[in-house]
Amino acid sequence: MILRRAGLFTVLGAVAVALLVLAVALGPVSVPLPDTIAVLVGGEPSDPRWAVVVGSVRLARAVTAVLAGAALGVAGLLMQTLFRNPLADPYILGVSSGASLGVALFLATTTAAAFGATFGAGLVGLGRLGAVGAAAAGAGLVLAVVLTLSRWVRSSVTLLIVGIMVGAVTSAVVSLVLVWTDPRIAQQYVVWGLGSFDATSMRDLPILAPVVAAGLLLAVLLVKPLNALLLGDGYATSMGVAVDRTRLLTMVAAALLAGGVTAFCGPVAFIGIAIPHLARLLVGTSDHRVLVPATALVGVVTALVCAVAGHPPGTETVVPLNVMTSLVGAPVVIAVLLRARRTGVVT
Amino acid sequence: MTDHGRGGATGKRNGPRGGLSVEDLAVGYRGTAVLHGLTARAEPGELTVLLGPNGAGKSTLLRTLAGLQRPLTGTIRLGDADLLAMPAADRAVQLAVVLTDRVDPGLLTGRELVALGRHPHTGARGRLRPADEAAIEAAVRAVGAGHLAARRVAELSDGERQRILTARALAQDPALLLLDEPSAFLDVSSRVALLGLLRTLARDRGIAVVVSTHDLELVLRLADHVWLVDPAGGLCSGPPEELVADGAVAAVFDTAGLAFDPVTGTFAVADDTDRRAVVVAGQPHRALIGRVLARHGWSATVDGPAEAEIEHLGGSRFTVRHRGRSAFVDGWSALRSWAAQPPTPATRLSAGTPT
Repeated sequence: MILRRAGLFTVLGAVAVALLVLAVALGPVSVPLPDTIAVLVGGEPSDPRWAVVVGSVRLARAVTAVLAGAALGVAGLLMQTLFRNPLADPYILGVSSGASLGVALFLATTTAAAFGATFGAGLVGLGRLGAVGAAAAGAGLVLAVVLTLSRWVRSSVTLLIVGIMVGAVTSAVVSLVLVWTDPRIAQQYVVWGLGSFDATSMRDLPILAPVVAAGLLLAVLLVKPLNALLLGDGYATSMGVAVDRTRLLTMVAAALLAGGVTAFCGPVAFIGIAIPHLARLLVGTSDHRVLVPATALVGVVTALVCAVAGHPPGTETVVPLNVMTSLVGAPVVIAVLLRARRTGVVT
Repeated sequence: MTDHGRGGATGKRNGPRGGLSVEDLAVGYRGTAVLHGLTARAEPGELTVLLGPNGAGKSTLLRTLAGLQRPLTGTIRLGDADLLAMPAADRAVQLAVVLTDRVDPGLLTGRELVALGRHPHTGARGRLRPADEAAIEAAVRAVGAGHLAARRVAELSDGERQRILTARALAQDPALLLLDEPSAFLDVSSRVALLGLLRTLARDRGIAVVVSTHDLELVLRLADHVWLVDPAGGLCSGPPEELVADGAVAAVFDTAGLAFDPVTGTFAVADDTDRRAVVVAGQPHRALIGRVLARHGWSATVDGPAEAEIEHLGGSRFTVRHRGRSAFVDGWSALRSWAAQPPTPATRLSAGTPT
């Protein structure tokens, strides 16, 4: 079993690296693979243009996909364990609706005020940084509300419902904002809501990467109490776990991971809920010491696949991220689950 | 228990393991006491059973003892240590629980679940050292769950799962083991096996084991010591025989239609009939005939005035003397049909006398 898992991690790691290279190389203009690798390892490509393409655009996109995949996968796992609910995802606490509210308000106020100047530029440049900030603020606000309420809520199920209710209220406010604004702004909002790894630039990464790293580190530190939580709050308490503190830290970790990614990439559907299940099936255990790294790796691989497939090589076409993740990913997960049922392994 | 698994595992504890003692304890929710004025002890090496009807507050008491909720008043001590003042991490080394909480451990195998019991003994990353592995192995062996260790817990039956959960608690290497209704979902033979196992564990490991159950008949056979929840919300404790002899058990469990019979250790439908029948048979047939009769409002006696007499002829054939006539009855269902005949007023006060 140990050997099998070691092999699995090696394969996943290799696939992730290969996909990273592909994600950098492929796009409207494909960079030859040897040049891609040369740029990535700091060497000189045959054509200096490749260094610009890779360095300014592609690398940021690929690294964002890596960060987002790992972050959303692990955040989903944390929420599924915390709420003991296989349908929990990183957005269960209202992160995405909070971010949506931030972005909707931002678009409705700033873009409407300076309509001619910034519209069209959309969510790039200064407008983009503002949107990221607004999304982070919105997500943070909703999370703060849920975390505050969680202090008075003892049962995880009740907390889950509280999270969903707060999310519902937030979404309702978003709808209200959209109804009252210019339809063109609503359109922009819809585009943001489709999610994207493309809009992140190299300048964003110094913010996104540490946030995700902090969330992942926290998740790794929590593997032991999370394992105890598999048996429920009562057993965990009896084994000396400070359940309240663990719950708070787990939510903070998930908030950092999901909030950070959502601020930069928009709400990315599907990865957060599905990746933990795929990872469980691959490693065949619910032990978080194995599952957290496995989920991160499977998330990276999945996000990179979506990043590559979202930009069919040699074309200008862009398939929206959420279309990719759901359209391709959901059938894959269903197929895997059905296969696992036949072989007697069920999550 | 002498296996090497305990050597490393007990390193954190000094001195002999003391028993559990509670004093003037009141437990309940939001200031409302469910049970109060509780004073009792559970000795190491003994199986103590917390006995009471459903809804009497047994779970509340056990959860309080386990530190899962605060008592309203009173003290809980384990040996010399005050359990209530103890940090949760320290308490986890002293006591382990098997709860009624539904456990849905995903893809964990039996052994992985048992290994979770080592939680209070391992470092920050939860790495299992050889001493931990040995303790897990010993716990799995102690409950006879070796064949379950490699299987996924999700696929186990209720009884098998209960074994694994018990092993998990043992792997925690506690001085006090608390189990809340561990036999609730088990069939009769598994129940006997589980309680017997718990008594053996108490003896072999020298730990105090407290089990709650409403299964009175089983308790009377297997418990060393009983805490009986009385209807007033208090606790009377003692050896099971003492509680039966002084009528405490009957006071708690008897209802209008049901009476505890200290002789058989079972419940009988309360005797509200004057239809008596003499049964002439060896065991187990005498008891079986008695049950058939009891279901239909008869009480069986060995002598004395009676309305009828039933004699076992061997196999499943009987002779019934009733209302001055003697009849041959072939088979248990025929006997049942006979017993089910309604009494006729004329024969209520029968002259039928035993020979």
